[in-house]
Amino acid sequence: MNALYGRRLLINRVALLSAMSAMAFGLIFLLWILVVLVSKGISGLNLAVFTQMTPAPGSEGGLLNAIYGSLIMVGVATFVATPIGIMAGIYLAEYGKRGWVGPTTRFVNDILLSAPSIILGLFVYAVIVANANHFSGWAGSVALALIAIPVVVRTTESMLNLVPSTLREAAAALGAPQWKVILIVALRAVKGGVITGVMLAVARISGETAPLLFTALNNQFWSADMNAPMANLPVAIFQFALSPFENWVNLAWVGAMLITFSVLALNILARAFFDPRQKN
Amino acid sequence: MPDIVSSAPPETKIKVDSLQFFYGSFQGLKNINLDILERRITAFIGPSGCGKSTLLRTLNRMYDLYPGQRAEGKIMMNGKNVLEKDQDLNLLRARVGMVFQKPTPFPMSIYDNIAFGVKLYENLSKAEMDERVEWALNKAAIWNEVKDKLKQSGLSLSGGQQQRLCIARAVAVKPEVVLLDEPTSALDPISTAKVEELLHELKEDYTIAIVTHNMQQAARVSDFTAYMYLGELIEYGVTDELFIKPKRKETEDYITGRFG
Repeated sequence: MNALYGRRLLINRVALLSAMSAMAFGLIFLLWILVVLVSKGISGLNLAVFTQMTPAPGSEGGLLNAIYGSLIMVGVATFVATPIGIMAGIYLAEYGKRGWVGPTTRFVNDILLSAPSIILGLFVYAVIVANANHFSGWAGSVALALIAIPVVVRTTESMLNLVPSTLREAAAALGAPQWKVILIVALRAVKGGVITGVMLAVARISGETAPLLFTALNNQFWSADMNAPMANLPVAIFQFALSPFENWVNLAWVGAMLITFSVLALNILARAFFDPRQKN
Repeated sequence: MPDIVSSAPPETKIKVDSLQFFYGSFQGLKNINLDILERRITAFIGPSGCGKSTLLRTLNRMYDLYPGQRAEGKIMMNGKNVLEKDQDLNLLRARVGMVFQKPTPFPMSIYDNIAFGVKLYENLSKAEMDERVEWALNKAAIWNEVKDKLKQSGLSLSGGQQQRLCIARAVAVKPEVVLLDEPTSALDPISTAKVEELLHELKEDYTIAIVTHNMQQAARVSDFTAYMYLGELIEYGVTDELFIKPKRKETEDYITGRFG
């Protein structure tokens, strides 16, 4: 073995080792979080969590109203954000290549994508809550939709950019109008990726606390009225975790575990959808 | 061997008249004049970058998809200049079909791949559509291979089958002209032979223009050949004459492999 080759082998090992330790560093924290969550949360997990309302101090209860509120607000936000996000993504990828509107929209969308969620919450507070004079589930949904839209826009645009231009040319060469080329050929070619984008947006907004604190606030009782303050998991966790009552703290851990594993499940589902080996 | 003297003398299908083409400020085609004859195969040959694909893409105005590309001059087809601003591009492309270098099946079933283009301009019943799909797949000599899996994705086929599917797709809309841009460069010799055989059959009904890097292919399949170099049409004539006794020194150098 000559010296040059030996040196190269050594450098290779050092590089491999540093890459692996970097990975281990990240993974250890992720595992640590999961282990703490499960160990603290699993003991509090029982049927009451899913059947009873959030309790008053000192009494027993569950998280039903908070789970319902989170589901309904995330649901409404996704319902609003998905069509807007996909259409804006189509505009940026297919129509907005010329002129200044497209690049400007893309730039603003990127800013929105990285904007702290508390600022979006504050914005919705100023525009909706302060004008209506009360907190509401609708305001919470709007705040969550504002966070989800840029995520969907970004993924839809990037996915459409992956469609080879030859595929668009082939459809256009048959005399297909542009909207058919986009909807029937281009969008269909990357539908897995677009669905993944929507799911990632859902995962992103399920855990948001700050924007809901300013908009939906919280509700200790059962309320399906979107026009009234609405209970939700993130704010319930925030409130209960900082409380002095032991059963509140336990419920906070259970809620945290529920959100984490729902998001984890959603991410796994998204990956299954967007399997690069599986075409169409 | 191509047979030119059979039947009536062919008429001019497309007349290219002083065509100039620009990619931004770069001139890709310089003063091209040529007649493409009806129900004949015309081949464009020449080294990479000579403008043969560009010329093909002006015939169905494919370049229009991209800003900064423009053509000047005339391309007369059915008595009308297709380069005119008021030319409806979708209608033009429905009449002038195109097959690309790489197979481009749409992300849908084999059946829907064929039906997609037909549905754009024709309102057929289910039975008529079934018939048309079978007819087109037969034309492209792929029916026997796919008749039992029409519902399967077009992407599940092999490369050679995908390309014949794309030819079937182009033929299914019954265009007047079929443009092929190096249709066999990504295929193995057996698939290539099938496609070439297919071209012979297709020319009974269609006017065909083909770009190829393969000079043997041009000699085998085409009736007329155009040799291009650096955006100019150097020589254009009957394929046999051009290959056996080229008039221009540049053409001779290229086809004998001394250059390019």
